[in-house]
Amino acid sequence: MTTTAQAPAPAEPQATKPARERGSYLQQVLDSSATTIVVAIVIALVLASLLVVAADPDAQKALVYVFARPSDFFGAAWDAVYSTYSALFRGAIFDPQASGARQIRPITETMVSSVPLIFAGLGLGIGFRSGLFNIGAQGQVLIGAAAGAWVGFAVPMPAGLHVIVVCVAAAVAGGIWAGIAGFLKARTGASEVIVTIMLNSIAAYLVAYLLTTSVLRQPGSTRPITPPVKDTAVMPLLLGDQFRLHLGFLLAILAAVGVWWLMERSTIGFRFRAVGANQDAARTAGIKVTTVYVLVMLVAGGLAGLGGAMQIIGTDKTFQASSAGSIGFDAITVALLGRSRPLGTVLAALLFGALRAGSPLMQTAAGTPIDLVLVIQAVIVLLIAAPPLVRELSLVHWAAVPFGYDRKKAAA
Amino acid sequence: MTALAEPQAPLAPAAQASTLAPVKYRGPLVVLVLSVVLLVVFALAIDPADTTTFRVATSRDVWQISPFTVPSLLTCVLASLVAIAIGVLALLRARARRSVPAWWYAVAGVVLLFAVLAWSVAGTGNAFPLTLLLVNAVGLAVPLCLGALAGLLCERSGVINIAIEGQLLAGAFLAVVVGTISGNPYVGLVAAPVAGALVGAVLALFAVRYWVDQIIVGVVLNVLVIGLTNYLFSTVLTNDPQGLNAPPRLPELPIPGLSAIPILGPALFNHPLTVYLMYAAVIVLQVMVFRSRWGLRLRSVGEHPKAADTVGIKVNPTRVRSTVLGSALAGLGGAALVSAGLAFTKELTSGKGYIALAAMILGRWSPTGAFAAALFFGTADALRRVLNNLGSPIPSELLGMLPYLATIFAVAGLVGRVRPPAAEGIPYKK
Repeated sequence: MTTTAQAPAPAEPQATKPARERGSYLQQVLDSSATTIVVAIVIALVLASLLVVAADPDAQKALVYVFARPSDFFGAAWDAVYSTYSALFRGAIFDPQASGARQIRPITETMVSSVPLIFAGLGLGIGFRSGLFNIGAQGQVLIGAAAGAWVGFAVPMPAGLHVIVVCVAAAVAGGIWAGIAGFLKARTGASEVIVTIMLNSIAAYLVAYLLTTSVLRQPGSTRPITPPVKDTAVMPLLLGDQFRLHLGFLLAILAAVGVWWLMERSTIGFRFRAVGANQDAARTAGIKVTTVYVLVMLVAGGLAGLGGAMQIIGTDKTFQASSAGSIGFDAITVALLGRSRPLGTVLAALLFGALRAGSPLMQTAAGTPIDLVLVIQAVIVLLIAAPPLVRELSLVHWAAVPFGYDRKKAAA
Repeated sequence: MTALAEPQAPLAPAAQASTLAPVKYRGPLVVLVLSVVLLVVFALAIDPADTTTFRVATSRDVWQISPFTVPSLLTCVLASLVAIAIGVLALLRARARRSVPAWWYAVAGVVLLFAVLAWSVAGTGNAFPLTLLLVNAVGLAVPLCLGALAGLLCERSGVINIAIEGQLLAGAFLAVVVGTISGNPYVGLVAAPVAGALVGAVLALFAVRYWVDQIIVGVVLNVLVIGLTNYLFSTVLTNDPQGLNAPPRLPELPIPGLSAIPILGPALFNHPLTVYLMYAAVIVLQVMVFRSRWGLRLRSVGEHPKAADTVGIKVNPTRVRSTVLGSALAGLGGAALVSAGLAFTKELTSGKGYIALAAMILGRWSPTGAFAAALFFGTADALRRVLNNLGSPIPSELLGMLPYLATIFAVAGLVGRVRPPAAEGIPYKK
């Protein structure tokens, strides 16, 4: 997308130096962030397939005599990689082996998995753009999910209203949890990185403790799990009972639009960005930087808390210590991959949602453990953070050198 | 500075007063409030008839000391009164503008901890295994301390190391696999730092060469190492658990003489090699970082890289070297985590890397401070386990929060200010 936007080169130099302009067109395409992201994803998949081959028993056996019969090894390696990625695709996008409408069920599962990631990623993105490195989405998601679940099962309310109250409670809880870090940063200058990391662990222990008490634990049960939320608090489904896709996905898209408006069109968002760009300049310009810290964390935590609530009332229906999974940490990678922009965050969340949705089938059908997805995610984010490294590793960029691509000229 | 300013403008009395050191009441007040609160809690919660038994001997001791029993209420009240006395003395000292030595606080803390222990088993009929607690505390402190030293070396040179968690995990993984294959735990101990150093090298590559935000790299490296080790665990290790995931136990090496001291002997001097390596690392680094040319260069690179570069210190190579060295220490910490012959499991470190980070901050970026903080966190962890076994009324989850809460209080400046190296997290670009 960025490529097409950058494609029309400035008209004037094109007329004067057509030969050089062709080179710089290539330069622009290859140095664009869209290319970086695509190449990073490809490199991550290639690296992951090396892991798949390394762990494949057939390939290991064939490796012993690889020089005698290389075709055996490469055949086994190809089978392992192909079955892994085709299972991932069937689990995440489209399943030709299923019948009827269930063929498109995987893509709706991808959307479902992406919902909490979108919410939490949007919140983190706001923080990153305001110069606050909020590592604490995990704790905020967990606290939001716990609060949402409690309102969902303990407070009887009419349908419709109940869902709204659950969302508000989760947002408030997540916001307060993140707000602690914002308040401490504003009042004492405590690093938000450290405080949010610590709050993650405190949230985990707090929730684990509450799940052993009557506050959250299901009465009469010894398992640390809450009762299921009431039917009135469950998110309405969008495509009928056959699919788990719920209203939360639309809310997530709405939230993305809202965050876009907040950051790009509102005065508050302007202040957020000003503080993120240069807090000294912002302070000189009369912006209350400390207030901005608190506000940013409140909004970010609120969004993360909402993400937690979506996981409960949209998907899980009950709450336990593992409900938040690794949503908060995945959301960091989502926000980084999406460059903290709402559209980018939604697309990144869909990509990582697809990896999450597809990985169970990958594990059962191809025998490749789910954890491969973590590796893919981490490598993608590491690479896009260092575009020069991507250009050094990318075959496309090397291949383009004879056609006038200057590897050193790349704009950062 | 004031002396220089004096001839130009005669000082007003008020200004003269401000040249005195400010009175620091905060520390003594914290001790006083804490001990008074505990005193009230003890007085209300403990039945005067209750007794507490402490078991101090372990089965291998030379001199067997029989368990001793004390009246719970009296012990707790006496202990809190001692702590209150320390608090009052500290307050008087602070009023006289004299600094209060850190060991006063340490003594008050230990006395109060002892009281809490006495309370935790009061009237339950269980004997409190005091020596066992201390042995476990030291053992559990090793990965935290080595991780904190790793963070310290990196941050003193200006590279933020959030990836301690990943380095511990990588070290533990390699220690288990190499230890199992070779059948010799010491070979695993040698391999673990290599794994940590590799993670550190990636961190240094991205931080120093590509100027990527170091917090991002650290967080993502943790995810990467978790993913890699989980993946290898579920495929390679589970296919052959006997051949790859059954490491031998690192044997205890009692130090002759010292290990026979009652209570302190088993607690400090009857441990596997990793514990002694930790003592050595703390002492060596304390001297090297603050008293050697190498340490001066390390710190100058982390505080003011431009000045360091001006006098000919190579900033980026220094950062890379100390990051890799520090990460190797964290890898060794990972080996300590599995030194009891534990098999590798998914996410074995379970957040210990973050506690190590906290220990580094609480220890104010100094090796001895990091050691003390790691010991504190190790004690909290050991206490959690012991109390869990004894069925204590204190919920173990709340004890588990303690290290994290302490860190938040520390960084928020409620217990003294902490100041990180000035240039940490900022890539050096000429």
